[in-house]
Amino acid sequence: MGLFILRRSGVMLLTALCLTFIVFFLTNLYPNLEKLAKTQGNFRMSDEAVASWLDANGYGGSMVSKYGQWLGVLPGWTRETEKGFTGRCMTGAVSAEEAAEAPTFCGILQGDWGYSTRFKDEVSTIIAERLGNTGRLMFWVLVLMVPSALIIGVLAGMREGSVTDRSLSTASILTTATPEYVSGVIFIAVFTSSTVGLKWFKGTATSAMDNPNFENFFLPVLTIALYGMGYIARMTRASMTEVMTAQYIRTARLKGVSFHNIVLKHALRNALIAPFTVIMLQFPWLLNGVVIVETLFNYKGFGWILVEAAGNNDIELLLAVSVVSVFVVLITQLISDIGYVYLNPRIRIS
Amino acid sequence: MEPLSTLEIAGRIIYQLSPVWFSLVILYAASIGFKRRLGLYGKLFDSPIGMIGFGLVMFWVFTGIYGAMDMIITHDPLVQVSGMKNKVPGTPMNGATEADYPYYLLGGDNLARDVFSRLVKGAWEVIKIAPMAAVFAFMVGITLGLPAGYYGGRLDTTLSFAANLILAFPVILLFYLLVTPEIVATGVPNYMAIVLFIFPIVFVGVLLNSRYYTRPKVRNLVLPLVLGIIIWFYLQLVSNGGYLINTPAYSIPGLPRVMDMFDIPGGILVVFVSVVFVNSPTVFRIVRGLTLDIKTRDYVAAAQTRGEGPWYIMLWEILPNARGPLIVDFCLRIGYTTILLGTLGFFGLGLPPESPDWGSTINDGRKLLSIYLHPALPPAFALLTLVLGLNLLADGLREESLKD
Repeated sequence: MGLFILRRSGVMLLTALCLTFIVFFLTNLYPNLEKLAKTQGNFRMSDEAVASWLDANGYGGSMVSKYGQWLGVLPGWTRETEKGFTGRCMTGAVSAEEAAEAPTFCGILQGDWGYSTRFKDEVSTIIAERLGNTGRLMFWVLVLMVPSALIIGVLAGMREGSVTDRSLSTASILTTATPEYVSGVIFIAVFTSSTVGLKWFKGTATSAMDNPNFENFFLPVLTIALYGMGYIARMTRASMTEVMTAQYIRTARLKGVSFHNIVLKHALRNALIAPFTVIMLQFPWLLNGVVIVETLFNYKGFGWILVEAAGNNDIELLLAVSVVSVFVVLITQLISDIGYVYLNPRIRIS
Repeated sequence: MEPLSTLEIAGRIIYQLSPVWFSLVILYAASIGFKRRLGLYGKLFDSPIGMIGFGLVMFWVFTGIYGAMDMIITHDPLVQVSGMKNKVPGTPMNGATEADYPYYLLGGDNLARDVFSRLVKGAWEVIKIAPMAAVFAFMVGITLGLPAGYYGGRLDTTLSFAANLILAFPVILLFYLLVTPEIVATGVPNYMAIVLFIFPIVFVGVLLNSRYYTRPKVRNLVLPLVLGIIIWFYLQLVSNGGYLINTPAYSIPGLPRVMDMFDIPGGILVVFVSVVFVNSPTVFRIVRGLTLDIKTRDYVAAAQTRGEGPWYIMLWEILPNARGPLIVDFCLRIGYTTILLGTLGFFGLGLPPESPDWGSTINDGRKLLSIYLHPALPPAFALLTLVLGLNLLADGLREESLKD
């Protein structure tokens, strides 16, 4: 088991390195840098001005060396200008003595995530703040999604082919067919607009950042939860129907155990192994949903900074966003693997 | 003129869609009449769920095709008519002449364009991209997944790692990185197109070669002919205006313009490529898993004993036996591609801003959602019903293929 986790962590690190390099490569392509220079400087810059701006701000040089600097394995760049020394590890122009004292390496390995050109702030503070908002959203999504999906799946799967099964399965197909930007728009139209008249909820979740309550937070949570719910429910249903046809369930029935007890004591535990991995693997999709819903409901969280950073080619913020999301995805994959081994005695013992 | 009542709007829309109803009736009558001779497709008409799903899908397919032929639409989807901004459904057209259709059936959007015509044109945007993107994703996934599952070992490890790498990316981040004008200017999507579109050639080439390997006469006739046509199409696809890649810094010449029958606009190409790119790793994983399962069967061992080549076994023994789950996944994948295209439109990526595709229309409409519902809701329901239809169709197919 230890070796398994170690190997998986190794692969995970390699994946993260490859992915961040891909993001780094794409954001540092010349047209992107040119756009960055023009938005930071001014839009009528000549080609030479762009080149000198890029060089003065450390965007020159080869891709690999810049990536090494960002990672913190190569020394950060320094430039000597009229105003003093500037560099990756210094804020603004400083004197020669201060420049000498500044650390040589400052990448993410040293805990320095860089500076956001879009928000004019340290990347780490932005990420920490916005991640908290999204964490709250995700928490409530999971609280709503997981129990209801499991209940729907178990109810549908315990009597295959019944009316309950048919209607619940159709409902779960319907929710998987409704992407967030469709269900969100329908919810906003029905529950918040003055045209329909049911003003039950608020159409934006902006106020939920400081003061989340049922009125302003339920719709975004529901929108994300619905899309994932159908899929988990269908997986639970499939695994439940499989368990319900197993020999030991038949034995229990022939012994005269009540249906109620069969479902709760005999079937449920075995039926929940497969959905567990599915729930964990849903995280990448949830991340997608978060981006859409945060845009739709104007909730300034992690997804919102992804859109802002990507739209403005804010390289270091974008890299931090991808590091965080890639780690969320990879860690949930790891947990799902470990959990599967742990929950399934057949694999655990052999 | 008086505005139309709800009933009149519904009646006029149904009338406007009459070619679609006509085609659907013919298709269903023919399919149900001959269903015993049509294999899996015919069996679909035994399951009510499959029939409903197929009906929904074909409804949008016909709407898209006839819409592209300008048969259903009532107005030009790009023309703005003054005085029609955000007008409710059924409003008479402002200053309509004899030649114009006198009403905006589903109202006007925030730029005073006809919502109904945009909806119909939007169906074509989906129908022309989504199935083709799914086909290409399957070609890539099958061509790589079969050898990965069959040979295993280092090839499998490398390919699986690459697939997991793409799958670990949040899709939206990938879209934001790939589908921007700046990236298009660097030519990255063109490189990706050149690489991704090779897979169908490899697939068809290997497929035919392994089949007719023992009959060189047939092979020498068929293979160059088919490959020639496909490669010509490939070159037409990847070369634009005589260049494979045309960036300000450098350019690589491609097919001369004389032989280039069609050009794909850069925006569509990058959307297409990124959708294929995002979908193929999942297909790869499914094909690989199925291959791992099927290669232990007796008929594969029999083929190996007969001395068949590995590609013959993969493509003519394993692949046909994996078709059930693959067909089901193909339907789901078209649905997922539709959702992805909508997502791209929703974030305003790739497609031109005035494009009538459903994602962009939803995005335009949502800004005024608290006052005007009619611009955003029709495309939302359209997307919903198409994807629902594809999911139901997949469910029906799965049910029927399990009955064998």
